[in-house]
Formats: sequence, C-alpha cells, structure tokens
Amino acid sequence: MNGTAQISYAFVVFISAIFTQNILLSYFLGLCPFIGVSREVKTSFGLGIAVIFVMTTTCMLNWLVYHYVLMPLGLEFFRFILFIIIIAAFVQLVEMVIERYSPFMYQRLGVFLPLITVNCAILGASLFMVIRDYSFLVTVGFGLGSGIGWFLAIIAMAGIRQKLANERIPRGLQGPGITLIIAGLMALAFIGFTGVLQGS
Amino acid sequence: MVFTVLISVGVVSLIGAGLAALMVVSEHFFADYGPCRITVNDEREFTIEGGRDLLSVLSGEKLFIPSACGGRGACGLCKLKVFEGAGPLLPTEEPYLDKDERESNVRLACQVKVRNNLKIEIPQELLAIREYTCTCADIKDLTHDIKQFRFELVEPESIDYVPGQYIQLLTPVYEKSSEEVHRAYSISSDSEEKDAVELIIRLVPGGICTTWCFEYLKVSDQIKMNGPYGDFRLSDSDAPIVFIAGGSGMAPIKCILHYMKNTGNKRKATYYFGANVVKELFLIDLMRDFESELTDFQFVPVVAEPEQDENWDGETGLVTEAVQRDLKNASECEAYLCGSPGMIDAAIKILHELGMNDDSIFYDKFA
Repeated sequence: MNGTAQISYAFVVFISAIFTQNILLSYFLGLCPFIGVSREVKTSFGLGIAVIFVMTTTCMLNWLVYHYVLMPLGLEFFRFILFIIIIAAFVQLVEMVIERYSPFMYQRLGVFLPLITVNCAILGASLFMVIRDYSFLVTVGFGLGSGIGWFLAIIAMAGIRQKLANERIPRGLQGPGITLIIAGLMALAFIGFTGVLQGS
Repeated sequence: MVFTVLISVGVVSLIGAGLAALMVVSEHFFADYGPCRITVNDEREFTIEGGRDLLSVLSGEKLFIPSACGGRGACGLCKLKVFEGAGPLLPTEEPYLDKDERESNVRLACQVKVRNNLKIEIPQELLAIREYTCTCADIKDLTHDIKQFRFELVEPESIDYVPGQYIQLLTPVYEKSSEEVHRAYSISSDSEEKDAVELIIRLVPGGICTTWCFEYLKVSDQIKMNGPYGDFRLSDSDAPIVFIAGGSGMAPIKCILHYMKNTGNKRKATYYFGANVVKELFLIDLMRDFESELTDFQFVPVVAEPEQDENWDGETGLVTEAVQRDLKNASECEAYLCGSPGMIDAAIKILHELGMNDDSIFYDKFA
C-alpha cells in the first residue's frame, strides 16, 4: 500500500473503531470500569480521557515491541505477558508525569489512572492490532479510535445513569442490572452504524 | 527448544529490566520534590524530602496522629488543618469532611502528599501523644480472667494524661498473630505516678492482644505503647457522680478515684460495680479505702447471681437494677460508665428513664 492509501485506510479504521466496531459495545471489552465508574459524567470524562491517552500510546509501543523484538526472534506467543508488562509500566510512568506537572489532572483522574492497567480494552486493542496485522500508522488510528469509542460509550452511559438516578427502577434491577440492560440497548443502537463504512 | 526458552527468558527479563530502569530513572526525575519545610502550629519546623504522604512524614517525626486504617483513607480519623500547600481537596477525602471542616482547611493527613512547604495545625491534645517503650514490671491476677499489668516507662521516662484516658498497646508479631496490632486499654493507675502505667485487662478468648498479654508477656519484657487518647474524663461541675462499671471497666474509674483523692474533690460519688459471682469482684479493699479517704464516696458491689457457699449479703441482680433501686431521680447527677457495650446500652436506657439527659452521661465503650 502506498502512502495515501495507508492514510485513508488508517482513517477508515479510526472511524470504524469509534462507531461500527466500538471496542466496548461490539466486543464488550473494558466492561468492568464501564459499569463501575459510570455513575457521574464528571468522573467518566476523566477516566475516558485517560483511556484514550493510554490506549493510543500503548498500542504504538506494543506495535514497536511486537514487530521489532518479538517477530524477529520468533517469540510472538510471548505477546500477552509482554504487552501487560508494558501497559503496567507505561501507566505508572504516565501517572508520575501527570502527578508532577498537572496536579489538577491528577486529582481529576484520581484512582482511575492505575485502574486502567487492568482494563481489558487496553490489552484487547493491542492484541487486535496484532491479529489484524495493522501497519504502524493504522495502529495509531485504531488505538486512538478505540479510545475515543470507549470514551463516547462511557460518557453516554453516565449521562443516561444520571437521568436514571431519579427514576423508579425495580429493586432487583438497580445498579449493575439496569446498567447491563442499557449497555445492551446501546450496543443495539450502535449496530445502526453498520454499513456507514464500506469495507470495515 | 532450549534455545527458544533461553531467548524468551532473556527477552522478557531484558524488557522487564529496561522498564524497571526507566521507572527508577523517571521516578528520580519526576518524583523529586526536593526538601519541603513543614511548619507545625507556628512553633515547630522541620524539613523533609517531599513525595510521601503527610501522615507517614509526621509519624516519622514522632508526631502521632490517630489512624485506625493505617493510611488507606478508610477511617477518616487523621484529620488536621493544613493552611498552605496541600492543593485542592481530593475525592478520597470528601466523604469524611463536613462543610465546616472543609471551610476551615481540615484535611486527611494520609491523603495529603507533601509536594511543597506546608503549614499545618495539629490539635494540642494530639501533640501530647507519644510512643513509649516500657518494661513489664508486674502482672497480678485479679480474678480468673482479669489481670493487672504494670508497665514502667523507659523512653520517654514520664507520661502526662488526663485520668480516664486510654493508651494503645502494641502487640508484636507472635505465634498466634502474623501482624502487629494496636489495642486500646484505659489507664487504671494514679496519674500522679508519671513513670508507670497500670492496665486492667480481661482475657478475650481468641483475642490477639489479650492472649499475648496473658500467655506470652512475662515480667521484665519490653513493650511499646502510644497515647494518651480519648476524652472520657471527670467534668468540672459539682453534680453528684454515679459511676457504673463491670469487669475491666474498673480501670478508668479507679484512675478517676485516685485523681479525686489527690485533688481533694468533695463531690458526692457512688460507684456501682457489677459482677456475675462474688469471686469476680476485685480491688474491694482499695475501694473501701477510697470510701474512708474521699469526702462522700460509696462503693456498691452488685453480684448478679451469688453462689450458695459465697455468703453474699450485698446487692444482687444486674448492676443496672441496683442503680434503678437506689437512684430515684437522676436528673441532677452525672454518670460515668465503662464496660461491655451491652452493659453500657442497658445503663443508658435506665438513666434516661430516671430522668438523666445525654449531656450528663459519659462513657467509654470497649467492644
């Protein structure tokens, strides 16, 4: 593929990762913080931003490690453990930098930053980019798109749950129960984006 | 095959080591806050390396702030005022601070990270809290499951406390417990005796600290305790006093009685002390001495179910029943209670019925 085709493909992957193949609503990855931290728009926003940032950067890093270290040595099967190590170390690093230079951001993100280490959507994105054999540029688009997709989904969910706070929900369905049902309905709604992009 | 194993181990170790090195280097750059100066109550100043939480920094300086959770932000006890340098209130602190506290700069010490110079205020009574190293000087059996322990202070050499306060005894790691725990016990000795404290401890079956005290602690062993804590103390009023205690609840009352004797306090006082059988009563002679030494003090031991051969001619039944029989109108009195939660709840109920309001009831509840 030449340069222009690469860029347009990366863009297609970027858009499809946000909408048609939303990592949360079509693959149901990263569901735990999605249900746990979606009570308020404010905190969901902070977590969403952190996920976008970490997902994009770790996808890039993992791509480099996979293609320049693991592939030449024939150690592809090691990607699970290495990806996790890299994600964990990177999240720590990001936390340190943010704490030092932006106490405000640090305060907004709070405990959510370290929580991202164990967010399976982050590992999922890195593994998808390997399975689908993306190039580096496409991986950047995919990582960023997946992050934004996750961000949009949790913001939407938090908005809905804030409205739900004043509604009368049957006791057995309160909390995670109704949240899962809403997530299902949201996933159905996102299916509506299918076909927007040809070839994704 | 062997080659692959070696290569893979090598690669993972190398990448792991590389990341660890990166973390260490960046920690050095990013988490270096330099020396920070902490000013306590405008009196004391010290400089420490920034980057740690305030609670651990303070305990490193021998300033003990009460904390039950060990700095995880789960108990909300380590409150103090931070006037400068703490940054905005964290979401982890919000649940523990009410509106007034937020406006007066109260923060949780375990959540505030020292990043720059701080100006803080620690309540005076907390400044008196120290860690004491002591030697166990004497262990005396009071009943079959209550012992009196005497600890002589080694470092620092003397302790100042208000009669009625308690200390926290540090239980070291021993056979039956894999972690250090602190347990609170009221001081029972005379507060004029500043170089030793006595505790009255009842054996709790399976209890970490009491088992250690009863089965492992020996005379001349060294132990650590910190304190004093608590606001259970004698008020300044002239109202007649009703003491109600049971078992090891004797401790703070005994301490207060010593204090009343020392200060020549002339308040009328009656002490109802409950036990199940006669052989569970203890320190009776000392109480009879107080009766003759204090101006207007009466000791009323109450035995719930005296056994046939014990020849008991005193009050019987529950201690609360004896109070109810004796005290017709309690509205003028003040009550000081110490004992099991069940006894305290029962006593408070009776006292309410006798016309006492909550402002006049003081208690220490040890679960």
